[in-house]
Amino acid sequence: MKPAVLTGEHFINGDVACAEGAIAAGCRFFGGYPITPATEVAEHISERLPDVGGTFIQMEDEIAAMTSILGAAWTGIKTMTATSGPGFSLMMETVGLAVVTETPCVVVNVQRAGPSTGLPTQGAQADMMQVRWGSHGDYEIIAIAPSSPQEMFDLTIIAFNLSEKYRTPVFIMSDEIVGHMSEKVVIPDARKIKTVSRPKPTGRKDKFRLYKPGPDGVAPMPSIGEGYNVHVTGLTHDEKGYPVMSVDTQKEMIARLLGKIRNNLDDIIMTQEYMLEDADIVIVSYGVSARTAYTAVEEARNMGIKAGLLRLITVWPFPEQKIRELAKRVKGFVTVEINMGQICREVQRCAGIPTYLAGHAGGAIIPPDDVLNILKERF
Amino acid sequence: MTENPQNVHPLEDLVRMDRIPHIWCPGCGTGSVFASCLTAMKQTGIPYNQFAMVSGIGCSGRGAGYINIDSFHTTHGRAIPFATGIKMASPDLNVIVFSGDGDLFAIGGNHFIHAARRNMDITVICVNNLTYGMTGGQVAATTPHLAKSSTTTVGNPETPFSLPFLAYASGATYIARWTMLHARDLADSIEEALVHKGFSFIEVLSPCPVNFGRRNKEKPLDTLKKYYENTIVRNGANPAELDIDYKKGVILGKFADIDKPTHDEKYKKMYWPDEK
Ligand code: SF4
Repeated sequence: MKPAVLTGEHFINGDVACAEGAIAAGCRFFGGYPITPATEVAEHISERLPDVGGTFIQMEDEIAAMTSILGAAWTGIKTMTATSGPGFSLMMETVGLAVVTETPCVVVNVQRAGPSTGLPTQGAQADMMQVRWGSHGDYEIIAIAPSSPQEMFDLTIIAFNLSEKYRTPVFIMSDEIVGHMSEKVVIPDARKIKTVSRPKPTGRKDKFRLYKPGPDGVAPMPSIGEGYNVHVTGLTHDEKGYPVMSVDTQKEMIARLLGKIRNNLDDIIMTQEYMLEDADIVIVSYGVSARTAYTAVEEARNMGIKAGLLRLITVWPFPEQKIRELAKRVKGFVTVEINMGQICREVQRCAGIPTYLAGHAGGAIIPPDDVLNILKERF
Repeated sequence: MTENPQNVHPLEDLVRMDRIPHIWCPGCGTGSVFASCLTAMKQTGIPYNQFAMVSGIGCSGRGAGYINIDSFHTTHGRAIPFATGIKMASPDLNVIVFSGDGDLFAIGGNHFIHAARRNMDITVICVNNLTYGMTGGQVAATTPHLAKSSTTTVGNPETPFSLPFLAYASGATYIARWTMLHARDLADSIEEALVHKGFSFIEVLSPCPVNFGRRNKEKPLDTLKKYYENTIVRNGANPAELDIDYKKGVILGKFADIDKPTHDEKYKKMYWPDEK
C-alpha cells in the first residue's frame, strides 16, 4: 500500500500525473471507460485508489461513467472521470445534470482531433467550445488547461478545490500531447498540498433548504445518510430542491447558477503573463500550445517584434476583462491553439481589434514559425 | 392541536406531504406500486436514512420526488449508473431504483444488463405500463406485438422484451414479477429484494389507462380484472416462459433468489484482502 501523496521527483506522463493529482486532492471514486488518449488516467487510478480506501469501476459507456461519479459525489466524496472527444460527447447529457444539481466533480478531457473518431492518437484542442456549451441550456462551468505533466498534477488539485468550493463540474482540458508526454513531476510534501472540501450544512435539519446559498452564492451540500432527506432533481427547482415548473423559478435558478461563477471571477480565473508589460502584440494561448507561444515570443523579441504572452490557465470562465484591458493598448492579438479558431473567436469578440489565429485542424503541435509568420505578415 | 392518529396515513412519514397531490392520473397504477415500495421499506425495519432512492425520467420516475428520504431524480435512463456510483462509494446504503419500463429497458437497457451482470447490490423496481406514459403513449420496448400506440397507430410490429428473462440472462440474483393489484405479495417481495444481497429486480405490471388502455380498448377495470383472473402465481417458474400473454395466463412470482457474492463484496475481498 502506498500513501495518498507520493512526495518526491517522478518521471511520468501527463495522464499518470493527473491521476496522482486526483488522489492527492482527495479523489476517492473514479468511474471510467477506456478511450485513447485518456486510458492511462483510468489505468493508473484503478491501481492507486484501493491504496487510499477509494474505489474504481469501469462502466459500460461514458454516459454511465459520468453518471456514476455524480451518484458517488452525493455520498460526500470527491470523484472524477477521464475521457477524450467521443466519450466527452456522450458525457454532455450528464454535464447538465451535474451543473443543475450542483454536484462537484472533475472531468478530464485528454483531447484528440475530431470530429467523430478523428485522429485517436493525435492531439488537438478542438473541444474548447464543446466544454463551454456542449450540454443544452444556459450554464457556466470551469475549464482549466494544463501545459505540462507537472501541471497535470498541480492543476488537477486546483480543479478539485474549485469544484468543491463552487459545487460545479470542473474540466481539465488537456490534450494527447500533454497526456502522453513524460517529464519530471515534483510531488510536494502532503502538508504543503492545500485541499478544499465542499461547504457542509449546519443548523436544524427540518429547516434545511438544499439550494439556499451562502454569502458566496454557493449552497452547503449534505451527503446521503446524514438525515437531511434531500431531493435532488434535474428539473427546474426551487431553493428547497423541489421541482417547480414556472418561468420565475427557472429565472431564479439560472441566475444563481450563472452568478456563483460570474460573481467570483477573480477567485477562479488564473492567467500567466510573459513579457506583456511593453508588448504591442499579445499572443493568447493555453495548454500545450502555450509552449509554442512561449518560444514564439522569445524568437519574436530576438527579431525586434514586441510580442508578449497571455497564457490562459483557466479558459472558462473566459478572462474577458483582461482581454478588453489589453485591447486598449496593443495593436492586436494572435491566438495559438490546435483548432480552427475556437478561442480566437472569443478573443475577437472581446478585443474588437485585429486578432489572428495560429492554428490548424489537429494532429500535431503548432510550430513557432506559424506564429512568427503571422507576426511578420500581419503587423 | 395534535392530529388524530387515525387520520394519519401509515406511510405518511415516508412521503413528502408538502408535494402532494402527486402528478399521477386517476386510475394509474404507479401510486399503488409506490405504496407497496414504502410498505416494504417499513417492513425491513431498516432506518430510513440508510436508504436512497434513484429514479430516471417518466411517470414512475417521479417516485423519487415524493419519498421523504434522500432521493434523486436523474436523467432519462441513467438511474442505474447513478445508483451504482452511490453503492460503490457507500456500500452500506440500501439503494432503490424506482423507474419505468421505457427508462430502464430502452434508453437505459445497457445499464440494466451491466449492473445485473456485476451483481451490484441494488434493488430495481420497474413499473411496467407497456408504454411511454408521460410523453403521451408511444410504443415501448415492452409494448405487446400488435398493440396500438401513438407511434404505431395500426399496431406494434415489434416483439417486446420479457423483462424477468432478460434480468435472468444478465445475472440478476433476485427476480420477481407481480402486478400492482397484488399489493401485499408485491410489498413482501420488495422487502425480500431489499434485504437480498445482490442485484434484485422486480417487474410490476401496472395500468396506464390514459395512454395505453384508451388506445387499446381496455378500461381501467378490465386491466385489473386481467391482473386478477388471467395471472398464475408460479414461484420458481422457468424464466424462459415468462412472456406476457394473458390468453395463456401471465406468470407471477419469484423466479430467482440466488446467493452469490455481490460486486462490493468481491471488490473488497480482492482489493483489500487484509480487511475483514
Ligand atoms: S400517463 Fe399513464 S402511467 Fe403516466 S400517470 Fe397517467 S396513467 Fe399513469
